[in-house]
Amino acid sequence: MSAPASVKAAAGSTLPGRGAPGRRKTRVAHPAAIAIFILPFAVLFTLFYVLPIGYAVYQSLLVIERDGTFGKATEVFGGLSQYILVFQNGPFWASIGRVLSFGVVQVPVMLGLALIFALLLDSPLVRGKRFFRLAFFVPYAVPGVIAAIMWGFLYSPNLSPFTAITSNVGFLSADLVLWAIANVVTWVYVGYNMLIIYSALLAIPTEIYEAARLDGAGQLRIAWSIKIPLIMPAIVLTGIFSIIGTLQLLAEPQVFRSFSSAVTSTFTPNLMVYSTSSIPNVNLAAAFSVVLALATFALSFTFLKFTQRKAGK
Amino acid sequence: MTVMLVFTLYFLVPIWWLFVAGTKSSSQFTSTNPLWFADINLIQNITNLVAYRDGVFLTWMLNSALYAGAGALLATLFAGMTGYALAKYRFPGRELLFNIVLGGVLVPATALALPLFLIFSQVSLTNTFWAVFLPSLVSPFGVYLTRIFAAASVPDELIEAARLDGAGEVRTFFTVSVRLMFPALVTVFLFQFVAIWNNFFLPLIMLRDETLFPVTLGLYAWNSQVNQIPELRGYVLIGALLSIIPLIILFLLLQRFWRSGLGAGSVK
Repeated sequence: MSAPASVKAAAGSTLPGRGAPGRRKTRVAHPAAIAIFILPFAVLFTLFYVLPIGYAVYQSLLVIERDGTFGKATEVFGGLSQYILVFQNGPFWASIGRVLSFGVVQVPVMLGLALIFALLLDSPLVRGKRFFRLAFFVPYAVPGVIAAIMWGFLYSPNLSPFTAITSNVGFLSADLVLWAIANVVTWVYVGYNMLIIYSALLAIPTEIYEAARLDGAGQLRIAWSIKIPLIMPAIVLTGIFSIIGTLQLLAEPQVFRSFSSAVTSTFTPNLMVYSTSSIPNVNLAAAFSVVLALATFALSFTFLKFTQRKAGK
Repeated sequence: MTVMLVFTLYFLVPIWWLFVAGTKSSSQFTSTNPLWFADINLIQNITNLVAYRDGVFLTWMLNSALYAGAGALLATLFAGMTGYALAKYRFPGRELLFNIVLGGVLVPATALALPLFLIFSQVSLTNTFWAVFLPSLVSPFGVYLTRIFAAASVPDELIEAARLDGAGEVRTFFTVSVRLMFPALVTVFLFQFVAIWNNFFLPLIMLRDETLFPVTLGLYAWNSQVNQIPELRGYVLIGALLSIIPLIILFLLLQRFWRSGLGAGSVK
């Protein structure tokens, strides 16, 4: 897995690049110190990041065979047979479709709001910046599970403080429950994304705006033509994290299962992974996991490339 | 300005409601104004919650504090050391290591939960403290952030000066460089703390023993039993309220530091 060049560029290594490869054997200075610095992370990263990914792939290639109906189960190599099952599994693709339609609506809405709030905070139009910054960020301190429990109460027809609305609108019905969950996720993350974008805005030197003002550009024009292009990297970063989060949805729908019968055990891809693993059918669950991870990676990578092409035109 | 005020309501009213609901006795919960106080019953509610099932709620809070506090501290130390080494030393495989770590940033924690469960089953360590604690010590994003920050804020001359003074590399890191990297380290600590505190899938899939649960998993378990045990509803609400407070306090205490560190992640 290699990182896209732009991410490397963004990492801004201040070191000179290596000279001609090979040939010159240079002695590495301070090898012991480097080992002390890197080893703890490298060992843990190998054990708990690299190894699980490899092991999931390995498990997804096995099938359970039994001699007779109640015979002893043995794991044998089954090639891609689990993956054939994944591709034939209707509910799994339905759940992928569900999180994709969720993401197509929720991610732009959330990031659009975050961008608008960040630009407002950065403009002279808003007073009490400190208060708003904090008030909008507070929901991020609420864990997804807790936020989902809280909103579950707020949505319910009889417990909610807004019974006038909730008794007439079925937020927990099969039609709306996906968007009810989308609102929970939006509520938690808008302020967090706003802060990331806002801190990118703060890093822009203000002299840039002087010239624009002299040319008679208003606040909107400055925001659209100067600020947004300059903070594109931050917006892309929040976009990638949001896409990953959407495909991996688990906690909120899992909590909503106790509020709404419309949320099934196959509602999102990760719920499928969880319910398949507790059957237990770990080999199929591993195959689901691998396909989901690849889909997540492909989608965030495509998004990165797509936004770069747009930015570099 | 109006837009900001309207959305302030959207963000704060649910939390206000939770706070008000937490102060009410169960009999007044549905019969009084949901957004205003009735008879203040907060202390009694907390006492009942803490007493319930031999204080299992306090155990959960302590577990969460330990998983997230100790986990984030160690994760920050390891990530900071690695980021620093990547920024300030030259050794073979440096770029490769950094690229693998960047790939790791794109791997979501939830995608690793099931494979981690399979691995921990192999060594019979599921349903233990370590099954949740150990995987949380890895923060690829922390390596990325501290590398950028160290490259920008720790001058080579300073390291050279420390060498001339006869300080070892590791000692230089802990006495000089850590101070310069402090905003980034606090940011990494906060991010990792929140990530662990909010983590749900890993404990859900790893833990069976109630006494090992973090507070998120505990409240989730109670919430799914509300239909059989109605009294749990009040406990879930007051528990949810109490579980938010530590994070809010932490944000407020460390606000000064993480604001300056947050911008580093998106520098071109």
